[in-house]
Parts: sequence; C-alpha cells; structure tokens
Amino acid sequence: MIPQLLHSLPQVLVDGVTLGAVYATVALGYTMVYGILELINFAHGEIFMSGAFIGTAILIGLNSAGWLGHLPKLLVLLLTLAVAMGLTGLLGMGIERVAYRPLRNAPRLIPLISAIGVSFVLQDVVRFIAEWRTGNYIVTGVTLYGAELNLGSLTVKTNTLIVLGAAVLMMAGLDLFVRRTRWGTAMRAVAQDKDTAALMSINVNRVIALTFFMGSALGGATGVLFAQQYGTIDPYIGFILGLKAFTAAVLGGIGNIRGAMFGGFVLGILEMFASAELGPLTGGVLGAEYKDVFAFLILIAVLLFKPEGLFGQAVKEKV
Amino acid sequence: MSFLVLEDVHVYYGGVHALKGISLTVEEGEIVTLIGANGAGKTTTLRAICAQARVRQGRITYRGRDITHLPTHEVVSLGIGHVPEGRRIFSRLTVKENLEIGAFSVRDRSLVKRRQEQVFESFPRLKERLHQKAGTLSGGEQQMLAIGRALMSEPALLLLDEPSMGLAPVVVEQIFDILKELNERGTTLLLVEQNAFQALSLARRGYVIQNGEILMTDHAHTLLENEDVKAAYLA
Ligand SMILES: Nc1ncnc2c1ncn2[C@@H]1O[C@H](COP(=O)(O)OP(=O)(O)O)[C@@H](O)[C@H]1O
Ligand SMILES: [Mg+2]
Repeated sequence: MIPQLLHSLPQVLVDGVTLGAVYATVALGYTMVYGILELINFAHGEIFMSGAFIGTAILIGLNSAGWLGHLPKLLVLLLTLAVAMGLTGLLGMGIERVAYRPLRNAPRLIPLISAIGVSFVLQDVVRFIAEWRTGNYIVTGVTLYGAELNLGSLTVKTNTLIVLGAAVLMMAGLDLFVRRTRWGTAMRAVAQDKDTAALMSINVNRVIALTFFMGSALGGATGVLFAQQYGTIDPYIGFILGLKAFTAAVLGGIGNIRGAMFGGFVLGILEMFASAELGPLTGGVLGAEYKDVFAFLILIAVLLFKPEGLFGQAVKEKV
Repeated sequence: MSFLVLEDVHVYYGGVHALKGISLTVEEGEIVTLIGANGAGKTTTLRAICAQARVRQGRITYRGRDITHLPTHEVVSLGIGHVPEGRRIFSRLTVKENLEIGAFSVRDRSLVKRRQEQVFESFPRLKERLHQKAGTLSGGEQQMLAIGRALMSEPALLLLDEPSMGLAPVVVEQIFDILKELNERGTTLLLVEQNAFQALSLARRGYVIQNGEILMTDHAHTLLENEDVKAAYLA
C-alpha cells in the first residue's frame, strides 16, 4: 500500500497544487471583503462562475469568427483574462452598490440573505443566456493549451502551468498592492477602523468599491482558468467551489490575505490526496466521492477548535 | 468672518438628545477649549464638525463655507485635522504607515517625507519606532502618533479630543508644550478636555458644556478664576 501511495504522490501533489491555486485565488475575494465589511459575500462563487462563462463566451466567439488560429495563444489568453477581470470586477462592484451598501447598517443576517439572492439571480441569468445562445446550460469551451506532458508516471497539462503561473502572479500582485501602495494601505486602514480612516480624508465607500472590484476580478480570472483546466462548465460550478474557497479562507483566518492563499493550497492538496487515496486506504469502503466531505469536515473542525483560523488574530482588535 | 462657527447644532443618538443647540466660534490662530464633565457632549461636538455624528438641526461653517452636510473625508480635506478620543491609531499598521495614511490626500511622495521629518522634530520617539506595529507603542507614544498622523495633512484647524486621557503628567506636559508650539506656528486649535486646568491654562478662550448645552463662555483666564468652574471642574 505504501509503495503505491508514494508512486501516486507526485501526481496528487501537482493536481492538488493546481486545484489549491484555484481555491486560493477565489478565497482572496472572500477574505478581502470580509476583512473590510465583516460580510460573507456569498455571491462570490457566482462571480467566479460568471468569469468562467465570460471567458468561454469570448473564446467561442473568437473561434467561430475564425480568428483563434491566427492570433498568438498567449495574447488570446491575456485578452480573455483582461476582459473577464474587467467585467467581473464591475459586476462585483455593482453587487456591492445595489445589494450590500443600502444594508450596511442592517443586522448581519440581512446582507447575507441579500447575497444569497444575488447568487440565485446570477445563476439564473447565466443559465438563461447559455441556453439561449447554445441550447444547453452545460457548456464545453475552447481549450487553448490542451497538450499534455508525460513525465514518467506524472501527467501534466500545459494548462496546469498556465493556471499556476497566473495564480502566483495574481497573488503576488495583490500582496504587493495591499502592502506597498497608498490605496493598499488605505484598504488595511479601512479594514481596521472605517470612522478613523474617513478622518484621514479616505473616501471609505471608494475603498470598499475597489476591494470588491479587485476581489471579484481575481475570482473572475480564476473562473477563466478553471474553464480552461477542466473543460466543461455550468451555472452551478460556483456553489461548491465557492464553499470550498470560503473554507480555505476560514482555514487561513478570514480577513487574512496570506492565510487565504495558504488555506487554498492546503485544501487543494488534501482534497486531491483524499480523492486519489481514500479508496485504496480504506479498502474501497470510502471512494473518491467522499473528498468533498473532507473539505467540509475541515471547515467544521476549524470553526469548532480554532475559529480564528491558522493565522487569524486570536482576539479581533476593535478599538 | 470667523474660522469655525457652530450655530444651534442639534445631534441625536436614537432617542438621546446629545447636543441641544450648541453654538460656538473659533477664530483663526486661536486656541479654544471645550471643557465639561463626562457625557456632556464634547466628543459629539467634535464628531458633528467632522460629519461623524449627524446634525439634525443647525449649521456648521468653516472659513465661510457650509460644511454641515459634507461627508467626513471632504470635511477633513478642507484642512481640518481630528485627533479622536482614545487615539484610534491603526494598531495593525506600522508607525510609518500610520503617518503615511495621515497624508493620504497628498500624492507627492517627497512632500510626505518632508512632513514626516517635521513630525519627527516634534516627536523624535516616533522616528525610533518607525517600523514597529503601532499597537506595540506605549499610551503616550500612541497619542503622539495620533497627533503626528493628524499633522501629516498640515491642517489649518486641529480638533483634539482629550489628548491627555490616561497619560502620565510628564507626558501630558510634553504634549501640551507641543500643542503650544503648533499654535505659535499658525495652527488653530479646538481642544476638548476633562483636564480643565491644563486646557484653560493653554487656551485663549473656553466654553463650558453641560448636558449638551453651552453653560458659559469667556476668556480662559477668567474661567480659571470663576468660582462655579473651580468648584465643578478644577476641584
Ligand atoms: N454612540 C452613541 N450612542 C448613544 N448615545 C451616545 C453615543 N455616543 C455618545 N452618546 C451619549 O451622548 C452624550 C454625549 O456623549 P459624548 O459626546 O461622548 O460626551 P463627552 O465626550 O463629553 O464625554 C452622552 O449622554 C452619551 O451617553
Ligand atoms: Mg468624550
């Protein structure tokens, strides 16, 4: 059993890190918004899903116009990512404006319900458009980097490298932005104390809008990458994935940006491990389909025993 | 034209009528102090000026401009600095980041640097602690940081809410010396204090607030001699 486990370990790690990168970048959106508003943006999974559909629509469009063969792949990918990020960023900002801002002073449960409502609306709108344009709400897109590299027992899609590269760039970029720039510092100031931040002539609403834009753009870009990596998408992919990314954010300490990245990778690797080894390890009693249970067992365990997460502040500072 | 004018300002917290028609003026270059017991409405008055408490009735003008209904970030960008009650420094940011955020409206990095150096002249301690998380500073250092942060925007009018609160007498002395210096260099001060003796010694004029109303106003030295004030606030 051990030799077999070791044998499949490299594949598990590669697949786990890739999935982890997806969780991590989506988790950033949850953690950024929570950090600033103490709100769980339940609709964030649907923003990710919208990004996947926007990217797929662009690529299908380019393909049927016959342009895809003529343009450099990397250029197409970057353009698709840029458009999807811009649109999902605006979508996130719009959601904040209409569904959360009017409820800023309402009890905590109210904006959460509003968020769930937004989720349903987005699922239905995307489903409607997909069925109208393609006749089916399950859509298989155009894969840009479909080649596979075979390294002994290890199979790596070229797209895996794209996903990892893009995710790392986005995470490093966000980290630098938040730590080093004027607006990034403003974001951290607003997250800690809105009233006092306003006294520093910071337009708090603008910082909140920027936070939604950035978190949503990252989620949307990840949607594009996800569609490229896994091929087929439907309007409901944001639900489970959103829950898992949220789990990753809680695992890393919700509100903590680096924690969310770490939590994403941990969850991705654990999940791939469970999916590959659960069957062999339990003699077939538990199969790969139990991998999701693991993610949510982790969520429950963290909430029970370490609700501040692995890197959260033990006591939330409130001045 | 007075620098800052409050006319018949009313503020409510839910059903609590916290300010019941406050009127006061501050002239350019003055130090004015607002003294009163705990819960009298001092903090609320400063918060009303910065649009952090909603003014239900009345008018606030700054340099002749009606600022009653401007949002906070616009009020302060007209040149008003506010050192809030309890300091409210950003404890998770470093000292340097706290100062930089104080100059958020300034885009010119070299100007931010120059102002930072000016702040260090008044508060050399902050320079030694520059890269420390602000939450690790002592109470006195935090108050210095809160004042330094407000100075980073070079306000023409500085509102201070009990800067002496919880500090050792030596530190209070130090801070009041710096406030005096600041004023000599041209900054107008509106100082809220429970430490009435010290505040009236520094200020030119004073207002006494009680239960959300101005009880009396006079030259600071006159108030210092006033029997009622002595009995109530200088005991
Ligand atoms: N956020 C608030 N909610 C309800 N009542 C408040 C609030 N802040 C202050 N008050 C009330 O308003 C009155 C004035 O308070 P405040 O301005 O803080 O007084 P001071 O600064 O002079 O101690 C007090 O009666 C206080 O209890
Ligand atoms: Mg007070």
